[in-house]
Amino acid sequence: MTNVRDEIVYMDNNATTMVAPEVVEVMIPYLGNLYGNPSSMHTFGGLVGQDISDARRKVADLIGATPEEVIFTSCGTESDSTAILSALRTFPEKRHIITTRVEHPAVKSLCENLEMVTGHKYRVTRLKVDAEGMIDIDEYEAALTEDTVIASIMWANNETGNIYPVEKMATMAKQRGILFHTDAVQAVGKIPLDLKNLDIDFLSLSGHKLHGPKGVGVLYIKRGTHFVPFLPGGHQEHGRRGGTENVASIVGLGKACELAAANMEEENTRVKRLRDRLEEGLLSGVSQSRLNGHKTDRLPNTTNISFEFVEGEAILLHMNQHKICASSGSACTSGSLEPSHVLRAMGVPFTAAHGSIRFSLSTYNSEEEIDYVVEKMPPIIELLRKMSPFWKGN
Amino acid sequence: MWEYTDKVQQHFLNPQNVGEVEKASGAGEVGSLACGDALKLSFKADANDIIIEAKFKTFGCASAIASSSVLTEIMIGKSVDEALKITNEDIADALGGLPKEKMHCSVMGREALEAAIADYRGLVLPMAEGEIVCECFGVTDLDVIRAVNESNLRSVEEITNFTKAGGGCGKCEDRLREILREAVGKKAEVVNLDPPPKRMTTLQKIKQIEEVLEREVRPGLKKDGGDIELIDVDGDFVTVSLRGACKSCKKSQTTIKEYVEKKLRELVLDNLIVEEESQ
Repeated sequence: MTNVRDEIVYMDNNATTMVAPEVVEVMIPYLGNLYGNPSSMHTFGGLVGQDISDARRKVADLIGATPEEVIFTSCGTESDSTAILSALRTFPEKRHIITTRVEHPAVKSLCENLEMVTGHKYRVTRLKVDAEGMIDIDEYEAALTEDTVIASIMWANNETGNIYPVEKMATMAKQRGILFHTDAVQAVGKIPLDLKNLDIDFLSLSGHKLHGPKGVGVLYIKRGTHFVPFLPGGHQEHGRRGGTENVASIVGLGKACELAAANMEEENTRVKRLRDRLEEGLLSGVSQSRLNGHKTDRLPNTTNISFEFVEGEAILLHMNQHKICASSGSACTSGSLEPSHVLRAMGVPFTAAHGSIRFSLSTYNSEEEIDYVVEKMPPIIELLRKMSPFWKGN
Repeated sequence: MWEYTDKVQQHFLNPQNVGEVEKASGAGEVGSLACGDALKLSFKADANDIIIEAKFKTFGCASAIASSSVLTEIMIGKSVDEALKITNEDIADALGGLPKEKMHCSVMGREALEAAIADYRGLVLPMAEGEIVCECFGVTDLDVIRAVNESNLRSVEEITNFTKAGGGCGKCEDRLREILREAVGKKAEVVNLDPPPKRMTTLQKIKQIEEVLEREVRPGLKKDGGDIELIDVDGDFVTVSLRGACKSCKKSQTTIKEYVEKKLRELVLDNLIVEEESQ
């Protein structure tokens, strides 16, 4: 198989990332002769159990947790569901959940289901965001009530990269005896986080967003936080999550976390500079384009830009001709008929939301790639604008 | 990623007749920025009512651009009367098909064509007189009824795929269901909306399978020097034997599963399992 990655310019790292070669390397033995079950009594399986412990420690180190606070799951979505449903079972008499209007579908759909399936037994407050996609902390404070079970607020937004003040929000929840969960799938590995001194009860992360494999996630459960398993079963994960461990992926995730810790500085310096260069290049190279998201409180790798009067899927397919990979918040790419709920919540006009393109970088991107994209994009937009009935020229 | 045909890709990457016809005989504009797609179609007709020039401007995805482009190609050379007979299915067919979620792009093409011809003839569009059902996308009940009849739609989901109605807030779903029931009820052949799972005797199955093999499968295999024979039908298990060139073909397993089984499931019973006779 050829290495496709050598031929493409991959700027869709918030969708998924390349599995780091170092990660692949540590995984291979567990897909081959190291097939033992970590629960077995024999040394052959027992050794695998030790490798899982090593991986658990590496994950814990990256997020400032202890290994006992880390359980492995199958994905970020499972971690999100596990955290929120555990909270609901812990306080069955409470019926109120707080989240945001810009949450990932993993949390958004769960909350919708909780309202619908239970015949609105649960009440959900969805915090508004402003034009730059930021939350109003006063609205949050006012929403915290005696009936509130849990607040689930993403650490960073997948579409805009906006970072939310979860540290502060977690403390405000704790002071009122309310549990706090954060979907940190986009934040982990991109910005430093240290859970040790924070009041966050649950945190979700996903392997494939930080150059680890797909099919593995983590739920951090703060020591002392009451927990009800989502997937009862064997005694794996100390009885907190049944199912034989996905050993290869867990070991791979451990390695990915180790690499992420080592690359953290580069992510926040070199990658950030690349992102800024891309952003400035596109905003100045294409007239009537605009940034979606907050200028500064944002992940170092993400930029979301709207090109007015043209449609995102058409842009993406032209980019695809140049082997440039990115995403769009347009209706046509979402599979629904409406543009991204995140951009709509921000009040981005439909005209701009349909033409939004998200570029998300990683440490594997180079300056040449940025220049290549900055060169290729303006003619694509121009071509499509010439075809657009709404384009009246500059 | 959507699965677009080569034809769609071709028209998307190299669209024909982009622009606006100068001193157009007729022009029509449908859709809006808010809806996510819009099409402005203009054409020129000669003294004999033959369309000699057609151009488009489209805001929208690949299938919207391709639908517009291919529509201009179909129109040119036709009389205005003939052009009025172009359906959205014609547009989709000319592109080798569209993903079902994208059928509304072909409907938009037909709507723009009608609007342009109405403009040419100084008429009011009949569809615009209906009652708005879907406020998100401004779709009228007449639009929906027409799509149901023309494209033989049988569910709310299909209505959304073809007209976009119900694709926004979803509040009009009940009304759409009502319209669907009425429209379908009026037709001579009333189709049950939720057909019960089909039950067939083995004899009926064998007969139908033979028919489908003869009509749909055999001609394709014969082209490649092969053939197929029905060996046995036991419950849902269909045993077949490949003949001629197919017999030694390395891809015979793919042929059976991807081609034969698919066809039989589609046209006879959707739980059939096709297997090759063991040697």
